[in-house]
Formats: sequence, C-alpha cells, structure tokens
Amino acid sequence: MNERNVTINVEYLTRVEGHGNIVVNVKEGRLETCRLDIVEAPRFFEGILRGRSVFEAQHITSRICGICSCGHTLASIQAAEDALGITPSDQTVSLRKLLLHLEMLDSHILHIYLLAAPDLLGVKSFVPLIDSHANVVRRALRMKKTCNDVCTVLVGRHVHPISAIVGGFTKLPMERDLDAMLDLLTGMRPDMNATVELAASLKFPEFERDTEYVALVSDDGEYPFLRGDIGSTDGVRMPKRDYKEATNEFIVEHSSAKHTKLSRDSYAVGSLARFNLNYEKLHPKAREVAAAINLKPKCINPYLNTAAQLIESVHCLEEAIGILEFFKNNCINYDEAILVGLNEQAKIPIKAGSGVGAVEVPRGVLFHHYEIDEKGVIINANCIIPTNQNLNNIERDMEKLVPEIIAKSDDEITLGLEMLVRAYDPCISCSTHMLNVQFIGSRAPSTPGC
Amino acid sequence: MKRPKVAFFDFACCEGCQLQVANMGETLLEVLDRVDVVEFREVMSERWNGPLDVAIVEGSITDQHAVERIRQIRERAAVMVAYGSCATIGGVNGIKNGFDLDDIRRYVYRADYRFFPTAKTRAIHQVVPVDYFVNGCPVYIPEFVEALKAVLQGLPYPVPDYAVCVECKLNENVCMYDRGVTCLGPVTKAGCNSWCINNGNICYGCRGMLSNPNEKGAQEVLRKYQIPEDLLIKKMDMYNLCRELDKNE
Repeated sequence: MNERNVTINVEYLTRVEGHGNIVVNVKEGRLETCRLDIVEAPRFFEGILRGRSVFEAQHITSRICGICSCGHTLASIQAAEDALGITPSDQTVSLRKLLLHLEMLDSHILHIYLLAAPDLLGVKSFVPLIDSHANVVRRALRMKKTCNDVCTVLVGRHVHPISAIVGGFTKLPMERDLDAMLDLLTGMRPDMNATVELAASLKFPEFERDTEYVALVSDDGEYPFLRGDIGSTDGVRMPKRDYKEATNEFIVEHSSAKHTKLSRDSYAVGSLARFNLNYEKLHPKAREVAAAINLKPKCINPYLNTAAQLIESVHCLEEAIGILEFFKNNCINYDEAILVGLNEQAKIPIKAGSGVGAVEVPRGVLFHHYEIDEKGVIINANCIIPTNQNLNNIERDMEKLVPEIIAKSDDEITLGLEMLVRAYDPCISCSTHMLNVQFIGSRAPSTPGC
Repeated sequence: MKRPKVAFFDFACCEGCQLQVANMGETLLEVLDRVDVVEFREVMSERWNGPLDVAIVEGSITDQHAVERIRQIRERAAVMVAYGSCATIGGVNGIKNGFDLDDIRRYVYRADYRFFPTAKTRAIHQVVPVDYFVNGCPVYIPEFVEALKAVLQGLPYPVPDYAVCVECKLNENVCMYDRGVTCLGPVTKAGCNSWCINNGNICYGCRGMLSNPNEKGAQEVLRKYQIPEDLLIKKMDMYNLCRELDKNE
C-alpha cells in the first residue's frame, strides 16, 4: 500500500488572483511534489492604482474581493489617511470597528455553514442539506442576511460598502438606524447559540504541525482587528510600517500569488493566529465558547481554524452590540458626516507621502501601502493579501499531512487535503471548486469542465 | 414545467455579484425552487458539463484561456446573461487597458513577469454574443430578480437607458453638483435606484454610459460648476475604459 503512486491534481479558483490547483505526487510511497499552484490570470490591482487619486483607492481596491470588500476598504482608507496625515475621530474609529465586526461575522458564518459543515456532515455542498437539514440551511441564510441587512443600514451595502471613505462616513446612522441594527443583532443571539451547539457536535480531523502564527497585537485590552503592531507566536513584534520585513514576499513560478515567510519557512494568518496571539482579549462569552469546545492557545491543528472562527463570531456579535449600545447612550455627532470629494474642494491639505494600512480581515492580516505625490496621486501601491500569506504554510502542512495519511484511499487523501486547504478559508470559490479532483496515474483523468 | 438548468460562472472579478445571490437570504430558497442550479462554484461543488438553459456569467475576459472557456460556455448555453460590471462593461478590470501591458506585468511581478501573460480586458459581449445584461458593481438584487423573471419567461429585459439622475430625483437626494462634487449620474444608465447617492456618495458610472447621453447638457453642467472635462473623463475611465473596444468594432 505504501509503495503505491499517487498523483493528485485538484483544480480550484482563488478569490484573490484566480484559478489554482493542488498538486500532489507520490512515487513508490515517497512524496515528490506537494504544491498549491495559483495559475489564473492576475488582475494587476497594484499596477492599475498608479495614476489614480488616493481618494479613489478604497473604491477600486474593495473590488479585489467581494467577500472581504469591507476589510479592503478599511485597509485602503487607513493607508490613505496614513499617507495624508489624517487622524480619524473616535466616532469614526468605532463605526469602522463595527463595520469590521460585521464583515468578520458574515464571512465566518458563510465559511462555517456553507463550506466546512458540508464536509463534516458528509455531503458535497449545502444544496443536499436543504432537504436533510432544512433548519440548519435556513438558519445560515438568515444569519448571513442579518449581517448583510445591518451593513446596508450602516454603509449602504455589504458588498462594496458605499459610505465608508477617506476621512470618515458620508452618512451617519440616525437614532432609528441604531435601533434597527440593535434589533437585528440581538435577534441573532438565539441563532448564534444554535450555531455553537452545532459546531460543538462536529468532529474535526486530528493533525498537528508546529507553526508560527502572525496577527496584529497591541498593549491595550482590545482584541485587535483595526489597529496594532505586527506580532508572531515566535516573539516577533514590529510596527505596521515594517510590514515588508514581516512578510518577506517572494515569487514562485507555480503561483501568480506571491508567497511569504517570517522567522521560519512559512507562517499562518487568520482566526487561529489571532486566537493564539490574543486569546485573553476575547469577549468573555467567546472565551466561554472556547472552553466549551476545549480550544486553547497555542493550538497548532490548522483544521481548527474553523473552530476559532466560531469563537470569533461570538466575539464579533457581542462587540458589535456593545458599540451600538454605546452610541445609543452617547449619541452620534452628525457634524462629523463628511462630503465625498474632499480633495476636489481642497478642504484638507494634500502632501506627498507614504502610508500603510494593516487590518485584520476574516482570513488574516491585510496590508495596503500607497506612495502618493503632492497632488494625492498614487505613484506606487502594494497589497499583501491574507490568502497569499497562507499559501506557503498550506504547502508545508500538506507535506507533513500526506505521509501521515498515505495508507488511506485516494478519495480519503483528497478529502483530507481539500479540508485542510478549506480550513484556511482561502475563499469560498477556491474551497468548493476543490471537490473537482483528478487522480492521474491510478485512473483516467476526468475532463475538466468550464 | 421542467425547471430550467441554470449555471453561474466567473472570470476575472471579485465574485461579489455572485455573493449578492447568497446575500438574498431565505429568498434564495424560493429562487432555487424555480430553477435547477447545476453549477455555482461560489456555494456549490456539484458540476455539470451538459447543455444549459441559462448561463449567468460574472467577470471580464483577460486572457486567451478565458476566451476559449467563454466560447465553450456559450456553445452549451441557450441563453447567456452577463452579470455585473466586469462582465457587462469590463468594469475596473478595464483600467488596465490604459497601460502598456508589459509594463504593468513588470510592475507587479518584476523580473518574473513573463510567467504571467495577460491580454486587454474585454467585456463578455466583446467576445461572444450576450442575451441579457445585468449591470452594476455589485448588481442590484431587485433588478437582478426582475431580469431573472424576464429570462425565465423568455421575455426581453430592457436595461434602463435613462440617467441615474431620474431615479436620484425621485429619491429626493440633493444633487451632488449642488454640493460641489462631480458625479457621473447624468451620463450613467439607471436601474440601481441611485444606490450610491442615497448613501451620500457620488455615482461612479459602474452601470455603463448611456447610449445617447445628453453631452451638451453635461458640458453645460461642467461649465456651470467650473469642473475640468478631463477630471470627468478620468472618473468615467474607472469603469468604462473597455467601451473604447466597442467603438473600434
């Protein structure tokens, strides 16, 4: 059994820069190749930002990803404000945190229910679950819609938010909007409890590999999503401006998404990284859930990233409710609403400069870096996306995993690999597409469809 | 009646428009009751390689591989729907067409740029015939539902060819020009219920230019508010640079 040849070629698609494959090649029981190929035509966002006004950057870069468009928006705004020397007001920062909590919640629910759960329940997608687990599917769609509806009230929509721009918000929530958002979110609590119960009943694969985890860290008591230094479980700490030294991007021929490393060959970002670095700062209710499912830092089983997402979902729901309650008690200052096109009106001084945004988005820490001229036009742009930072680590995980499960059937090996990649939640489409698998050598390859 | 076979496909895009479908919430289950979704990578892993009644395509065509893939999909599909700005007008992917392609590849991938071929961005109809257009970045779900109803009944869905201003006025928004800001509403196709202006932002032209914009009127507005024409053109190019390829044909 262990002397056999296995060649796995799993086609998939990444949200960041398109199509890719899992390629695993075992010859006479020995692992020869273990790669995550990213082969899709890139979209060159960094290239097309050059020549655009830094005030437009957020609008363009939110289009990098439909799922975490709010995260890109916030990282982009932070980089732009850093370059322009704008300090956002406390109210603006709180509302941005609210937006980020909503996005985290929305994305994690999508991943837990629509991607991870079907594997753990032994089906190909949520579609068969409509019949077998109707209440689960309805709950997932209901929770997702609630996040979406709250975003609609706050920023016009979740996919490509409208009113969050450089300087603040073009529209601020009225009293009735705060009430509506609070009703929606507090109404989600029973569904969240049911989600915790469901997740606690799921059994995750056992696999461990000691890994360096990277996430934002800070000295205050807040679980850092929007602000902080770059930290790692290997003891690294550096300001966000030094992000290039933290990521050390390099290009590999088999991937149009760049790879990264820090203290070791690779590192991981995302929910599990944040959980491992900032566990004590989680909302008490989230820590209760961690205790209930027995997840403790430092956890080095990548499959449990999904469990960390569950814990963060509880955290984000409670923190979001907390922010809204604060504004209910302290009133919104409506004078802070800003007019889009500040630059056209020369309302703020514009100077040449360079700025970095570092924001935790659902899949990990995201960096945007812009260099602008004296008119506020972008000269250079750089974006480092969480999924790219995880690619290298996923390959190292696969290298350790494949020999451990080589005695299993082709189907089981493939599923184990797919679930591993999926646990990193690289993006919805990549994960589900991975179920189209080719085994070359042991059987005739299937014809890939469109 | 047999439920029509519907599939979603994506090319170069952010997949946010497909996500808009998932964002419909439990209404999605009602839609799924009417159609047989045989392929939808964003939320499904099942695949289907046979003929399709309706192909809903998101994204732009940016390389030769995509050209071949969209042609294959077109052959399989009785009806093709271009879905979202990247598919209908090229969208932000079109900004690339304003650069030298080798230069932009080198900028992003440095010495290794040859590993990453690319071509001028094209909208779907610039490669294969398209039957229905659902504009927007992202698509506006109420409009998508209207268009889908038309598709399923075999009726045409005429994209509104009047300005966003028409809807904006009905929504009683203060004109962005009166607030001192340039807005693309006067030259952009309506159908989004002036989504962005309702939320305090300007129109960025994501739904495409009107087929017959009131150019004189627009120029008059620019003069009245002393706005340089090239500023407006630059804004239009964020979503609409691929329209140049329509002119050449």
